[in-house]
Formats: sequence, structure tokens, C-alpha cells
Amino acid sequence: MAGFDIDRVAHLARLALTDEERTLFGGQLETIVAYVERISALDVTSLPATLHGHGVNNIFREDTPREGLDTETVLDNAPARVGDEIRMPRVVE
Amino acid sequence: MDYEVVIGLETHVQLKTRTKMFCGCGTSFGAPPNSHVCPVCLGYPGALPSMNREAIRYTVMAGLMLGCRIAGYAKFDRKNYFYPDSSKDYQITQLDQPLCLGGGVEISGEDGVRRTIRIHHIHLEEDVGKLTHRAGCSGVDFNRAGVPLMEIVSEPDLRSADEAIAYLTALREMMIYAGVSECNLEEGNMRSDVNISIRPRGQQAYGTKIEIKNMNTFSGIHAALLFEIERQKSAAAAGQPLRQETRRWDPELGETFVMRTKENADDYRYFPEPDLMPIALSPEQVAAWAADLPEAPAKRRTRMIAEYGIPEYDAGVLSADRALADLFEAAAKRCGNGKLASNWVMAEVLALTAKTSVALTDSALTAEALGDLLKLLADKTINGPTAKALLPELFEKGGDPAAIVRERGLGQVSDADAIEAFVDAALAANPKVVADFKAGKQAALGFLVGQVMKQSKGKASPQLVQEMLRSRLA
Amino acid sequence: MEFAKMTVTEALRGMRAGAFTSVELTQGVLQAAQAAQNTIHAYVTLDAEGALAQAAEADRMRAAGQELPLLGVPIAVKDNMNVKGQPCTASSHILEGYVAPYDATVIAQLRAAGAVFLGRTNMDEFALGSTTQTSYFGPTENPVARGCIPGGSSGGSAAAVGGDLALCALGTDTGGSIRQPASHCGLVGVKPTYGRVSRYGIVACASSLDQVGPMTKTVEDAALLMNVISGQDAMDATSLDEPVPDYTQAWIESEGSEKPLAGITLGIPKEYFGEGLDPEVHTRIEEAKMRAERLGATLRPVSLPNTAYGIPTYYICMTAEISANLARFDGVRYGLRVPCDDVIEQYKRTRAEGFGAEVKRRILLGTFVLSSGFYDAYYNRAQKVRTLIRRDFEAAFAQCDLLLAPVTPEPAWPLGVYQNDPIRNYLSDVLTVGVNLAGCCALSLPAGKTAAGKPVGVQLIGPNFGEMMLFRVAKALELPR
Repeated sequence: MAGFDIDRVAHLARLALTDEERTLFGGQLETIVAYVERISALDVTSLPATLHGHGVNNIFREDTPREGLDTETVLDNAPARVGDEIRMPRVVE
Repeated sequence: MDYEVVIGLETHVQLKTRTKMFCGCGTSFGAPPNSHVCPVCLGYPGALPSMNREAIRYTVMAGLMLGCRIAGYAKFDRKNYFYPDSSKDYQITQLDQPLCLGGGVEISGEDGVRRTIRIHHIHLEEDVGKLTHRAGCSGVDFNRAGVPLMEIVSEPDLRSADEAIAYLTALREMMIYAGVSECNLEEGNMRSDVNISIRPRGQQAYGTKIEIKNMNTFSGIHAALLFEIERQKSAAAAGQPLRQETRRWDPELGETFVMRTKENADDYRYFPEPDLMPIALSPEQVAAWAADLPEAPAKRRTRMIAEYGIPEYDAGVLSADRALADLFEAAAKRCGNGKLASNWVMAEVLALTAKTSVALTDSALTAEALGDLLKLLADKTINGPTAKALLPELFEKGGDPAAIVRERGLGQVSDADAIEAFVDAALAANPKVVADFKAGKQAALGFLVGQVMKQSKGKASPQLVQEMLRSRLA
Repeated sequence: MEFAKMTVTEALRGMRAGAFTSVELTQGVLQAAQAAQNTIHAYVTLDAEGALAQAAEADRMRAAGQELPLLGVPIAVKDNMNVKGQPCTASSHILEGYVAPYDATVIAQLRAAGAVFLGRTNMDEFALGSTTQTSYFGPTENPVARGCIPGGSSGGSAAAVGGDLALCALGTDTGGSIRQPASHCGLVGVKPTYGRVSRYGIVACASSLDQVGPMTKTVEDAALLMNVISGQDAMDATSLDEPVPDYTQAWIESEGSEKPLAGITLGIPKEYFGEGLDPEVHTRIEEAKMRAERLGATLRPVSLPNTAYGIPTYYICMTAEISANLARFDGVRYGLRVPCDDVIEQYKRTRAEGFGAEVKRRILLGTFVLSSGFYDAYYNRAQKVRTLIRRDFEAAFAQCDLLLAPVTPEPAWPLGVYQNDPIRNYLSDVLTVGVNLAGCCALSLPAGKTAAGKPVGVQLIGPNFGEMMLFRVAKALELPR
């Protein structure tokens, strides 16, 4: 299928692929993309999109505080910490 | 060649909700790292966003304040990108169906003529966490993640750095006024991305656009714009083509530099947020919210000049601060003297807030009390010094001025006989001063007035005392 | 007493009558579950200590005269539901080390109703699959059709209940993940109307399609669980403010009547009986149709003309949502991290190491259908086709009360088969995904077995908030256990 660029998509998805995966997924996904493409047979020009599980609008919450998590719980779950922050490799901007 | 500068601003304004956009965590500034967080704003497995109604209301009010059209249908979208400060690796924002469309902000232009800077739209989104770069690593604090931000996007209608600042100043004034944001610049409540280009004057097409990201002080924005205008003009003069790019302002070096671009910045794969249902506001709902909206500052300034006969300068100062203007108007109505009220608010009340570092809204001073105090002054029940002496007490503790004056017997003494006796006593007790005055030393009179006032416990009318002394010494 | 073989209703009756305690019941079920861990492997983790403590507490409450809808009833929950203090991995390596700091809303509801949590059941990694073979912890075996898949993605829950290793369980259904394993393991499984049950605290698969639902031995048990987990939740902004009826009242009026289904029209969607339908499965469904007629129902042929577009539409919508929902598994805040000096490299290696092949495939597909240049042709178009599919169901429900159809085209297949043929796997969802795309409710009900002893399910599909009707008809069609 024209346009399916496994490397670009894997980069966008932040997935490192091995050479074997690259070949395997590349081939499988081309087949899958070709399969799902059968929806192009339908004329959808005048149709509205269904973007949600139902059509009820305006579901809000009140501006009321709710207790959150304590810092130690959060940092216990984090793979690494620096002080009370979550540690990451140095981000270059 | 003569160049025209073209500037557009994207300004993020933090709404003053108690809780975040999509969860019940608090929004207060300066808390210890990762202390205002929950499964939702940390992007924990299984957590879901739920929409803060107040954030929607504030955004609509901001839109109404700026004359926007409120969309009948709005939705949220996901903007997908990986970054350590993003707790879900997508940001919930509004791509193409925002809450407010159109509108404008009036400024005094370069040429002094007032004109309107058009607003393209206002959308609502969530803030990200904060990254702190340290030696060998970066630290992430998610307290800010999920704080509600309005993004107010202007059309490229600004023509100079000064105009950009005039626009931001007016915008800030209106947002504070509408009561939707504190707009505290130090706390990053109002941050702007600037789009700037130049073109030969008369040319229709826009030049190459440069974006300068994330600035929160007006002085910084002004300096960055001046630098960037010069940089672009010199490049154009030297015949160097500009590249469309994103730059960052370095306030220490005083220059802009090119930012390393996020690697997938070109493909955010936006799609409608399936966890949040769309917003379809009825005209009735919008009208109900509009009823809570105050008059815009510019309108109020004009009206106050006409209604109370106060100077334009006073009206400008008063209308810039909603609490101050509210106090002035209510006090003016109560005492029936606009000029008196304006003088007192401008001089005495502002001096008190400066001296005590207590904001007007945090003080005990009510418009009723101020109005009553000024009424007592206007009808000469009390004198100026008495009124001035009472104000700090009303500011600090509140109270009913009429009752205080009655209880403490502070009423002005206008009885000539009573004052005459004090004058006699003062003249008799100070023969040397009397002699000085008669020898031409004008300052001696002030001393004598002071003596009489002291004897009257400050209640004598100072004018009357002065008149009486002059006639006796003549 | 064979505690693990009991239904929820029987267990409640026994405990309320004082015949046994929740501790005895829980112990009995735990024993059975532990014994089958090396064979069936229904659970990812069993929490004997916690379960027995909860059971003891339930017994104390009952002794003190308190009663709750599920007081002392042991339940199994799928590994994608947050239970405070427990791991929650969605059967993925990438969530290794994560400890849930909060309860999912359905868990809090079950807790408040007095349920006892036995442990966490195996599933396809992140609920992506229909065989429970994509679990990081290895496959689960079908306890009824031994040597076969239990179905998926809620295969662990199905095997636990079907193998008498739990009295009941919760599963999640994104494209058939409750109904299909229920069908393969001979259970009742309910996919509620979208918005009926809170999704808060359930590791998201596809947000616009997911629903939590019960997997039980009987229709009555399913109704009991639905009573507890239904209702609007402020933490799930897609859950709806609809009244929650007592679902166990659904069959009260018609029960005992000779024609309990009199006045009810069941639509038979012709597209669900097409090529590829296993003859034995077909026979069981025909029998269910005849039973329905005998019980007074009117059968009516209806059409869902866009059924053939269900799978492509589903795989576009679902993978698009997954690609975003699974982005947060990035090694920053919890779970697995493969440390690197470079942030982007760290993301890539963490996710490469943490996700299995099927998850990667779907993330890649979802990323592609949303990417610039392809969004309109795939994602956007699929959203519109979704409208057609929703309208198909609306039109059908204008002509009937419920639809009756098979759940899966074929009975459970042997473990290990089709594993490297994604499309073949995807196609097996053809009869279940339409319901999720449309948002309506459905129920899978045992309809007998094949000659080889493999369970076959019949699917009842109802309009939005048509659960009462589902339960009424299911109760009438229910075969003796």
C-alpha cells in the first residue's frame, strides 16, 4: 500500500523495532491496511461522523476540589526520582 | 527600504478555577513538587478526564468580554506528542471547534488613533508539567499538569513592539476585569507566543514568520520583539532570506536563538477526544453567563467621565481596576459627590493599600463606609483631618462612620463662641509668637492654628480658626 | 460442599441461611483456583490473604445483622481494573512494578456491595486480542473445551467462572471481549450500553468502545452484578445519568407463563448468518430461535447491511484510540523503564521492551491511520462509516425488540493456531464489533455445545439501555445448567 512507511510510523509511536519486526510488521500492516481500505468503497460525503460512544453532550463536573495522591505514593511508582521530582535523562531543548 | 512589522500573539491565560481542567486537584502556585496531583493529571492507567464546568463558563465570559461569537458546538481533541512534561503523551486541547470565535481588543495605536486588534479565536486546553534541568538529569513536577489555560489567538494586526504591549496590557486588564483570571505575570498566569515577520511597506503578502515561544513578562516580550525586528530588518537589508523557525528569547543575553525543534512537531495526529462529550451551549445558557459579566474597562472609563465629571486621568486609573472602580462608583453614589469620591479613592485609599500592602479586596473597607464618611465630610459634620484619621480604621476593621463620630464626639465644632475662647487662650499663652507674626513671620500663624486645634481636640473647623486668628491679629 | 461450583445466587442464599460462611466459601474457591493455576492459568495473581480478610469482614458484618447485595461473594476481576494497593498490569510487561493507588469505580461499587476480591484474571495484553494468548504471562486454557483458547480478551475471567474457579467475574468488552469468551466457556456475558457502567479506573483500550460487564454462570447472577456496577459516575464523563432499574425484576412478570416471550419480536439479522458460520454453531442458534418461538416470541428477518464494513471500521477506530491511549506507557511516571541517556531513545526502547507484538501492531496501525496525509482516508472516513453502522442498528430496532444472532462464527479453536495471522484473528470479531461501534447493549447466553463438547453461545442484542429486555429474554431462553 502506497504511503505506509513503517519507519516513520514507528518513530511517531516511539517504538524501536528490530530488523525482524520491521520486516514482519511492515508486511502484515500492509496487508491489514489494504484490508481496512475496503471502506473506501462507500460514499460517505454527506454523512456525519460518529466520534463518541453516544450522542449526549454537555457532561460537566463542578469545580470542587478532590483529594489527590501524596507525593511519596507518586514517587514510589516512578522508576526514578530526583528530590521530589520524577527523574528523566537530561532533556535538551 | 521601509519595512512594516507584522505581529500576532497567541496568549495563554490561566483561568482562576479552584481545580484543574479535568480533575479535582488544586491549582495553587508554588506548592512542593508533585503535591497537587492525582491519577487523572498524572495520566495513570485507567484515569479519565472530566470537564470543569467553571472553566467553560470563564472561557465563555472571556469571549463575551472580547466581543467573540460563542460557538454553539465545541469539542476537545487530542494532540499527540511524546514529551516528559506531558502526563498522557497527548494534550487535551481544541483543534478546530473552539468555544469562542472572532472578537477584538481596542488599543491606542502607534499613531495615537484607537483601533481594534482582531481576535481569531479562544480555545481551552490543559497545561503541561514543569521540567527542571539539572546536572546530568531533568526533573519533572506535574503540579501544573492539567491547569486550565485559554489560548487567545490574535490576528496579525499588530504593527510594533509597543502595540503588542498595549494589546497585552488591555487584554490583561479585561481578563482581570471579567474575573476569569488573576493574570499574575510572575506566576506565569499569562504567557505568550509571538509570531513576527516584516514586509516592505505596501506589500500585501506576509513575510517569513518567526515564532518566539513562551514569554511571560511584558518587558521581555517588548525586548524580544525589538531585537527580532532589528534582526529581521538587518537580514533583509543584507539580502539574507529568513527561515521559518521557532526561537526562544534569552533575557540574560538579550537575544533570540533558534530552538531545537521537537522531532515529530509536524505530525500531532489530532483526533476528537473520545473521553469527553462535546459542548453544545444553548443561547439561554450563554445569556445567563453574560449577565454575570461586568462592563468593559474602556466603556466604563468613558461613562465615568460623563457621569461623575471626573478627570480622564482619574477615570483611567479607576477603571483599570475593577475593585477600585466598583468602590469609587458606589461611594460616589452614596455621598453624592463624584469628584470628592474620586479624590479620596485616588489619593487616600490607594495610599493606604500601598502603605499596608493589603489589597483593597482583602481590606475591611466597604463602599458604604467610604460613602458615609465622605458624606459626613461633605456636609461638614466632620473636618478633613478627622476623616483622614478615620479612614485607616475603616480600612483595617470596618465600621459605621456616623456611629463612630457620634460615639467619640468627633463632630466638627463650628460654634464661633467656643472657638473664640480657644483663640483667646492661645493668644494669651503665646505672646512671643504673636509678636513674631506681627513682625511679619507668616509661619507663626500656623503654630497658633495648631494650638487652637489642639485645644479643640481637633474638632474645630480649621478654616474658621484661621479666619478668626487673622481678624484678631490684624 | 463444592463451593466453587456455586452460582452467586446459591452462595448468597447459603450464607444468608447460615449454611456456610464467606470465609469457608472463599477458601473453597481459592483452593480450586490455586489448584488450576498450572493448568488453566485463569489468574495473573491470586490474593488469598486479602480475599480471606475481606471474607472475614463480610462474615462479621453479616453476624452483626448487616446485609449487602453481594456480601461475602468472591469475585474475579480482569487484570485491567485498578484495585487500590494491588498491581494492575493489563497483562503487559510495561506495567511491571506499577501499584494501583486507587480503586476503579466498579471496584469501589463492588466493595461497597460487600464483594470479596479473589484476584486478577489473565487477559490479552491491554485487551488487544480474542484468544488470551497475547498475555505477557502466557496463555489461559479453555476449562470446558480443553486444549482450546478460552476466547478473549477477557479469557481469564471466562476461564475462572467457566472452570468453577470463581463464582463470577468482571470483564471488559471493546469489540466482543466479554461476549466471545463467555460464548467459548459456556457463560453469560453482558456488554452493557455505552455509558451504562463507569470506565473510570479501567486501563483504557478504546475509549469510545469499552464497557465493563459481568461474566456469570446464570442470567440472574449477571443481573445481580449489573445492579451493583451500573450508574453515572462523575469521574467518567461519558457515563450517563439514566435510572438504574432492578435488573433481577426483568423477568418477574413473564416468569412461569407458558409464553414468557409473547409480544416480543426478535430480529434475525441475515448478515450474521453468512458464509463462514460453522454448521454446528448455526444449528445451536437455530435451536435457540425455535425455543424463542415456542416461548411466544415472533421472529423477524432484519438486515444490518453494513456488517461487512464492521471489521475495517472497528480496526481503524479502535487502533487510532489505542495509539493515543497507550502513549502514556512511556517509562516516565510508572512501570517499566529501560534507562538511556537520551529521552527519545529511552521511550523507544522502553516501549519496544514493554509491549508485545500484537500491541505494537495495533499501535503502528493506529498511528498510521491518524497520521498526516492518511487521516481523511482512514480515520475520518471510518468515523462516518461508523454512523452507517449505528444507523443499521437503529433501523433494525425500529422493527424488533432485540436481535438474535451467533456470538462467534466458530467454536473455540486450539491454542496456538492462527497466532501469526492477525487478519484471521480480527475476522473472528465480525459478529460482535458492530454492537460496540453502535454503542448498544448485548448479552451472550449459553446455547449448548458442539459434538466435540465445545460451548456455543447465542447473542442477544438490544437498543441503548435495553438491558431489561435482554435479561427478560435471556432468562426465558436460559438452558438448565
